[in-house]
Amino acid sequence: MTDTSLRTAAFPASRAIRPIAGAEEWVQRLLIVLLACWLLVVILLPLTVLFRKSMENADGAFIGLANFAAYFRDPALVQSLFNTLTVALITTVITIVLAFGFAYAITRSTIPFRNFFRSIALVPLLAPSLLPGLALVYLFGNQGIFKSWLFGESIYGPIGIVIGEVFFALPHAVMIIVTALSAADQRLYEAAESLRTKPFRIFMTVTLPGCRYGLVSAAFVVFTLAFTDFGVPKVIGGQYNVLATDVYRQVIGQFNFQMGAVVGLLLLAPAVLSFAVDRIVQRKQVALLSARAVPYQPKRRPAIDTVCLALCILVSIFVLSILGMAIFGSLIKFWPYNLTLTLAKYDLSVGGAGGWASLWNSLIMASLVALIGPAVVFGGAYLVEKTKVWPWARMAAHFLAMIPLAVPGLVLGLAYIFFFNAPGNPLGFIYATMAILVVNTVGHFYTVCHLTAVTALKQVDAEFEAVSASLKVPFYKTFWRVTVPVCLPAILDIATYYFINAMTTVSAVIFLYSTDTKLLSIAAVNTDDAGNTAAACAMGTMIVAISAAARLLQLAVARALRTRTQAWRGP
Amino acid sequence: MAVGNGRPYLSIRNVNKFFGGFQALKDVSLDVFPGEFVCFLGPSGCGKTTLLRAIAGLDIQDNGSIAQAGTDISALPPSRRDYGIVFQSYALFPNLTVAENIAYGLVNLGRDKAAIRARVAELVALVSLRGQESKYPAQLSGGQQQRVALARAIAMSPGLLLLDEPLSALDARVRINLRGELKHLQRRIGVTTIMVTHDQEEALAVADRIVVMNHGVIEQVGRPDEVYRNPATAFVADFVGHMNFLPATRGDSGVVRVGGVELRADLAGVTASSGGAITVCLRPEDVQVRGLQPQQPNVLQAEITSLEFLGAFCRAELRLGSAEDLGLAADFSINAMRDLDLRIGKMIPVALPPDRLRVFDAEGSAHG
Repeated sequence: MTDTSLRTAAFPASRAIRPIAGAEEWVQRLLIVLLACWLLVVILLPLTVLFRKSMENADGAFIGLANFAAYFRDPALVQSLFNTLTVALITTVITIVLAFGFAYAITRSTIPFRNFFRSIALVPLLAPSLLPGLALVYLFGNQGIFKSWLFGESIYGPIGIVIGEVFFALPHAVMIIVTALSAADQRLYEAAESLRTKPFRIFMTVTLPGCRYGLVSAAFVVFTLAFTDFGVPKVIGGQYNVLATDVYRQVIGQFNFQMGAVVGLLLLAPAVLSFAVDRIVQRKQVALLSARAVPYQPKRRPAIDTVCLALCILVSIFVLSILGMAIFGSLIKFWPYNLTLTLAKYDLSVGGAGGWASLWNSLIMASLVALIGPAVVFGGAYLVEKTKVWPWARMAAHFLAMIPLAVPGLVLGLAYIFFFNAPGNPLGFIYATMAILVVNTVGHFYTVCHLTAVTALKQVDAEFEAVSASLKVPFYKTFWRVTVPVCLPAILDIATYYFINAMTTVSAVIFLYSTDTKLLSIAAVNTDDAGNTAAACAMGTMIVAISAAARLLQLAVARALRTRTQAWRGP
Repeated sequence: MAVGNGRPYLSIRNVNKFFGGFQALKDVSLDVFPGEFVCFLGPSGCGKTTLLRAIAGLDIQDNGSIAQAGTDISALPPSRRDYGIVFQSYALFPNLTVAENIAYGLVNLGRDKAAIRARVAELVALVSLRGQESKYPAQLSGGQQQRVALARAIAMSPGLLLLDEPLSALDARVRINLRGELKHLQRRIGVTTIMVTHDQEEALAVADRIVVMNHGVIEQVGRPDEVYRNPATAFVADFVGHMNFLPATRGDSGVVRVGGVELRADLAGVTASSGGAITVCLRPEDVQVRGLQPQQPNVLQAEITSLEFLGAFCRAELRLGSAEDLGLAADFSINAMRDLDLRIGKMIPVALPPDRLRVFDAEGSAHG
């Protein structure tokens, strides 16, 4: 053998080395292919079918953009596009102003209870988006407590939608802006002060530029949420049509699947745009804070702190009164005539909207999603991030994993109908089962979880795989013995995120449930449709309670985990 | 270690590696002999780590061959090669104890527990970590973590030990202690070892042979004293130790012209013709100031323009009398300073011994 290698030395080698793949590499390749297939089936293929559908007539013949032309000829439909833009823009402006003030108070003032206020602002994440709508009915509806505050305007319409969407979008905006404002360098402020800069000028030249990417990102996220949300306008929209309710009506009411697909694609447009902007903006935000920056320490400024405290209290009152009203509404015997408190509305067997079965369905679905989701997401992220095989396949899988962030739930749900209900699809057997709800929900919330997993994996030493290969330990053993334990907090995060979203989601699954798999969130929508707002409130409250319990459980487990692993995680 | 006798343990032949359009390794060939401690030395980006990772199978070369113990391993995945490796980050498994980290590969072999325990105890003693077995890496100092990584790498008695900048994350003092222990340990177990480092002092201290690399090319292979005394290229001369570079022209018959002065020097390997530009190199410690003989060649008058006290010796900046702008650094012992009463502004005779002058063609100069 030495002779051969010496002989090659005589002929300057041009023979390209083709690395031999060991058994492990083949296992990894197989898993990557499986991951890519999964992402194709769960995300890309359904969306492709949706695209096709928008260019077909009722008989399935290709008619190009005729459906789009028909859409824009229909003044009622164009009106709802205009309506959607209006409420989304107003929501964005109000939410960003509130969220910025709130985030500023939390990160840059010395007011007490900052962590408490922050938790309050995140409460809406635990609720299905129809809950603020229900609460607004009680607060400002025809028999609402504060109806007179609207000076004769109706809550059923843009006003109600905007208030509901602000509630729904607030935590998302607060989280993004808090992150942006936290990344501040104390030394910039010290430099500005040593140059005797006026506070307002410091704010304009240091604070705002420092978080401008966060603001842009938050604005796009809020706009997309408000543009595509279904729960709030469904409950409180009244005669004010928006795209999300249009899709629902076209598909569920009129069985006009082609027009549903067209509206679905319109819903997709701003989401895709905001997704692209967000990606660009996030890349820039990263470089802002150098490793040597000194973290900002807020100083006492009595006047500003007072304003901050007032704002925090107001926002908290806003959030808590909406949640509180929904809970209160669920406990009232017969609004507004008999205000006796009762738990009767929590007896799901009465009222016929789905019964206790819908609660069990929701719990089973959310548990399955919380088990399967993290396994698939974390395993997939590991393959993408830590293996070396087939770079193009890993990049493709990563790209596919990013798509769901840009796809509103209604659009994904609609796409699933087209794809899984298509005659001849071998996967059609999961249609109208619990499985399609689980698959859809795992896919729907894939991106955030994937990014969480990738971030966690990036923090793990890059050479673990190389070391275990040199020790002849197969990669899957090291994955199980080292990578998973090290990343357990992130995996727990992902599981909780999945569970809560599976409990609260309405938009995607509303197209996909069957009578046997009706979920609690959908039962709430149907119950409200049937005019039983109080029972819908009870269901919404149940979802909040279960989500909150899941969240508290996660915190407890995370704390226990920290204590148990403190020895090796270090201080 | 004996070099050059016997068959090489590792044979690298004409290895090339590209990253996109960048060629990280250019036709690299090298033999490593059994039991040798070899250092890959060079500035960052010189290809030393790339070569190590090619040997490990982590970034396999595009062409060229690598043979280990007579077997061509060029295309094998890492898991089918025979080596232990220590990374700069150590890559210790944070959730496993010291003992579990060291036993990580042994457990997978399915050895019985008593045998594993015995082997771990042996390794723990070898790297002087007795009593730390049940601690986690986060509870150890950097130096201790490095020892755990080393013990883990040699646990399976690999034929080859690969060390990728294993000491550079440590404090200077710990680093010096550990490199001595590393050398000692390597001698004791006799494993063929390759260490990547950018620290020339470290390479000089531990290596049996040094492989100096630059821009993906091996500039020189040799024993530490050879590389230091007899650098093959201007790059090596500059990178290893301190060196004076004097611009010069080639004169006739073994003479070089520096400034206005003619010096005798060994011109072997110089291709410039008479009158051609060359570079004359001399280490500061080779500038002779005591015991000059009357007939001695290459004696010049020099003025001391600055003195820097460096503890054991002084570094002087000299201006060679005949040329205004010709500077030369020279190291003088504290004794010489005192005995000769050396101070700034003093004119002194110095000798530039012909056998210590290294001459290179000017265009090969690594300056700038």
